[in-house]
Amino acid sequence: MSPTSTAPVHAMPREHYLNASYGIRSWLLTTDHKRIALLYLASVTFFFFVGGIFATMIRIHLLTPNGYLVSPENYNKLFTMHGVAMIFFFLIPSIPAVLGNFLVPMMIGAKDVAFPRINLLSWYIYITGGCFVLYSFSTGGLDTGWTFYTPLSSVYSNSAVTPAVIGIFINGFSSILTGLNFVVTIHTMRAPGMTWFRLPLFIWAQYATSIIFILGTPVIAITLLLVGLERMFHLGFFNPALGGDPILFQHLFWFYSHPAVYIMILPAMGVVSEIIPTFARKPIFGYSFIAGSSIAIAVIGFLVWAHHMFLTGQSTYSALAFSLLSYLVAIPSAIKVFNWASTLYKGSISYDTPMLYALGFIGLFLIGGLTGLFLACLGLDIHIHDTYFVIAHFHYIMVGGAVMGYVGGLHFWWPKITGKLYPEFLARMAAVVLFVGFNLTFFPQFILGYLGMPRRYHNYPPEFQVLNVMSTAGASILALGYLLPMIYLTWSMRYGKVAGPNPWPATGLEWRTDSPPPADNFHVTPEVDWEPYDYNNRPDLGLAAPLAPSHAPAHGDD
Amino acid sequence: MHRTGELYGHFQTMEQQKDSATLGMWIFLSTEILFFGGLFLTYTVNRHYYFPAFGVGGNMLDLTLGTANTVVLIASSFTMAMSVWSAQTSRKKLLPLFLGLTLILGCVFLGIKYVEYNQKFDHHLVPGHSFDITYRVSHPAPGDDLKELAAEKKELDEGFAVDPDLNSHSQLYFSLYFGMTGLHALHMIVGAGLLIWLIQQSFKGRFAAEYNTPVELVGLYWHFVDIVWIYLFALLYLINRHPG
Amino acid sequence: MQSQLPLYPEQASNFASSVDSLMVFLSLVSLFFTVAITSAIIYFFFKYRRKQVNEVGVPIHGNMRLEVTWIVIPFILAMTMFGWGAVVYVEYRHPPQDTLDIYIVAKQWMWKAQQPTGFREINELHVPVGRDVKLILASEDVIHDFFVPAFRVKMDVVPGRYNTMWFRPTKVGRYHFFCAQYCGTNHARMGGWVTVMEPSDYAAWLSGSSGAEADPIVLGEKLFVEKACSTCHLGSGLGRAPSLNGLYGAKVLLAGGSTVTADDAYIRESILQPSAKIVAGYQPLMPAFQGQLTEEQILALTAYIKSLQSQPVPAKGAGVAPATEKK
Repeated sequence: MSPTSTAPVHAMPREHYLNASYGIRSWLLTTDHKRIALLYLASVTFFFFVGGIFATMIRIHLLTPNGYLVSPENYNKLFTMHGVAMIFFFLIPSIPAVLGNFLVPMMIGAKDVAFPRINLLSWYIYITGGCFVLYSFSTGGLDTGWTFYTPLSSVYSNSAVTPAVIGIFINGFSSILTGLNFVVTIHTMRAPGMTWFRLPLFIWAQYATSIIFILGTPVIAITLLLVGLERMFHLGFFNPALGGDPILFQHLFWFYSHPAVYIMILPAMGVVSEIIPTFARKPIFGYSFIAGSSIAIAVIGFLVWAHHMFLTGQSTYSALAFSLLSYLVAIPSAIKVFNWASTLYKGSISYDTPMLYALGFIGLFLIGGLTGLFLACLGLDIHIHDTYFVIAHFHYIMVGGAVMGYVGGLHFWWPKITGKLYPEFLARMAAVVLFVGFNLTFFPQFILGYLGMPRRYHNYPPEFQVLNVMSTAGASILALGYLLPMIYLTWSMRYGKVAGPNPWPATGLEWRTDSPPPADNFHVTPEVDWEPYDYNNRPDLGLAAPLAPSHAPAHGDD
Repeated sequence: MHRTGELYGHFQTMEQQKDSATLGMWIFLSTEILFFGGLFLTYTVNRHYYFPAFGVGGNMLDLTLGTANTVVLIASSFTMAMSVWSAQTSRKKLLPLFLGLTLILGCVFLGIKYVEYNQKFDHHLVPGHSFDITYRVSHPAPGDDLKELAAEKKELDEGFAVDPDLNSHSQLYFSLYFGMTGLHALHMIVGAGLLIWLIQQSFKGRFAAEYNTPVELVGLYWHFVDIVWIYLFALLYLINRHPG
Repeated sequence: MQSQLPLYPEQASNFASSVDSLMVFLSLVSLFFTVAITSAIIYFFFKYRRKQVNEVGVPIHGNMRLEVTWIVIPFILAMTMFGWGAVVYVEYRHPPQDTLDIYIVAKQWMWKAQQPTGFREINELHVPVGRDVKLILASEDVIHDFFVPAFRVKMDVVPGRYNTMWFRPTKVGRYHFFCAQYCGTNHARMGGWVTVMEPSDYAAWLSGSSGAEADPIVLGEKLFVEKACSTCHLGSGLGRAPSLNGLYGAKVLLAGGSTVTADDAYIRESILQPSAKIVAGYQPLMPAFQGQLTEEQILALTAYIKSLQSQPVPAKGAGVAPATEKK
């Protein structure tokens, strides 16, 4: 099943975007969306390492009930900085800024995004914001929790809150400009014949994500700016001692930060929607339902924020409304899972690495999504709110979902990005190690949470120790699962086999050009006259003729 | 190189390039609405909590200067609209004239704003340790209208009767006042920078009927900033203003 | 004790079994879908694995009937979960009448509880079994959260306002309580024990332990004079402010014509921001005490006002709305 087994021996194209120009300036001043994607790849990987080191220390600390590694102050800083680095500087930009930047123009047959210079500006804004946050980390740290709840963050915390909120404020504009760029690109830059319903599902997901970027990010930007002002000038927007309202902060914060979860998961869903039809070699089941559910998630996702606040004393009616809406957002997610599973039916399924990640994603997202129902359930939330159940739930979504999707997507498009193949066997191993390590790390935390262990605890009653040890053991396996791909992917850039334009083969436009692509993406402007994932009408892929019509099932009534 | 109507390499047609730019600007403006939206919400919630303090705060603003600024901005919107029209109809002489007028009106606005801020400094109405809502009535400057000060004092006394924490609550009002008008002024400064660039380009005759996207987009931005001011004027200066 | 690896904490309140039943229902539904979908995927994975390198799959684009099915069935299940959860939540958010009221004040990083007799404990809470207990929660600084896993209840403690929670302990014993809302350095150490006692033991414990502590009613009475409340709020109802006799729990007629029940939150608001709700027939003369009283002083004043419940209500000038006086 190795992707090269059918392919003839390829040679690297003579000219491509990586060797189009040389020197550090050619990278730092590039407006090529593919190079910008690689700049993001390097920088989000850096922040992933930073956040990962914090996570490792947290898990080691929690091995014993009284924790021997760090002091309470430092433990609080660890989980705060873990959250800030991972959420604002890794997860949110990961798929949109790395894979999205590389793929959005290629998938729709454009030479670049609509505003290439703004695209580069976004990266510089991201780096500037990142520097502020690193400055905060290295001078006193940050101990407010990534949620920055007032008045703790605005009055009581003694850590470097101001540079951190300024950093996140600045970083917000990177998201806004990336979202703006993608929406405009998808609207105006599609190649001839690329109608809305011929768009790859990854594009639909990016489009939905960009809507959230555009409408949500400004709100968190202004909110955190107010927190910074409140701290610097002793104002009282959110400080009850000066007449402000701390609950107002939570409303403003979650108005963005809940949809931000969909910023992380929607693009991962887009990646999975690309991988599954490719490795099942058949059209995706229910294309329009998957596309529409992305938009539905983005829209309904804006109406559920106060489900983080069921126990702040908000009115019962408001709680009822937000619980109901939270259940509604579960439906489009369910639609996606059912459609992915059905796509496998009567496919021609291979075990290639991206497919393993995609299937792993479905399993982990399933658990993450279903446990979301537990938290949306008002009666149950009284007990499990702010416990390790929540921690487990959102790690299943963000790590099990978003990161699996990201790593899977990296593997899927790695041959396109670098022109090289990674070692397949090692990659499959890593996928399995990740899956096992992840479950061992986070499944025990569901039980811990139900037993009543609150989150953000640097010490805990001894009866919770067994499950914490299991979790830490799993985390060490998980760490191995992340290190492996980093090593062999880096190795493959130099020593990997040459991939050729379309190793899988896949149907998207990005596969109809060289790997790595030329600086202008396509030698000739492509024209699209086929439906998405339509393996049966693509003689150019060099696959066997489709099965005779008599074999087609009766219920193929699109 | 003269770049009038140049097609950037990654676009196929001029029309596509223009559509992209226009759509981009509209999306940008929608993020701006949400950006200001967070402040408007904070204002509304706090106003609801501290009605008396916000009333007192509102009355301390200078209605004359605020109204003058509103008139100035509406006039600048008109000259901006005329600039766009001049560009679209290739009136290459008129264009820099109208752009220049817009720029001048924008600067007048910022000047008046500066006078207003300065006044607030003098009256100890800038949030911080020296904030004192009663400063003005207890430290009358020569040339102040004593009758007006007496009325203001009466209002303050009434305010303190219902809300002894009037000082810190009206400080909240002034925090929001400076936050919102400051952010708006920042947008004006950015707009002025864009106008200077447009004027420079228009002298080179870059904009005409066939290519005027930058003028149109800066026009959109300028009108948006004006509309925000209309809301700020209503919320900060006019609402619940006492007669007299 | 439970086994080495328990799956749920002890059940020690009226909410424990209803929350656990919800948990079991949601877990079963989740288990069903997880097993069904993963086994379908694994089955397809092996059944339809690629046999020849050039093979393609069967072009199936979708099926409307299936789509509708998997929209409608999850929708119905989701609404069931919502409804059932809502019932439990609504019960939790609406305490019954005649509860044992205990005040909880949280500050970085300790819990103070004040029994109705005025006895105060730190990081301990004693309650009688079988009695509806209502906790009235206030915070001196940041947001905290009172969480008793064995009771399956928690509630945020938000500075600047009161939140309430209630439960009925069903089992004698000692149970952990935690702070569940991150509140700074020693958040993890901000916990203690709830002791559930037989009512007779509880009564004995209360009588044995009080006395040494200041009675909040006495403290409140002192404050009432010190802060000059007593100059206007005359018991006779002839003062410039309404009499507070019989106020607690009664309906108060306001200037706008509306009525409000005089509960803890109302009394707190009326002390801190008197102008917020003016009693019909009175002038807004009272100064606000926002920022001038600690949460504990407010509790003492409230306790004192509560103790006036048994005093005779003057016919004229009471803050109590006559029409709704008998509830």
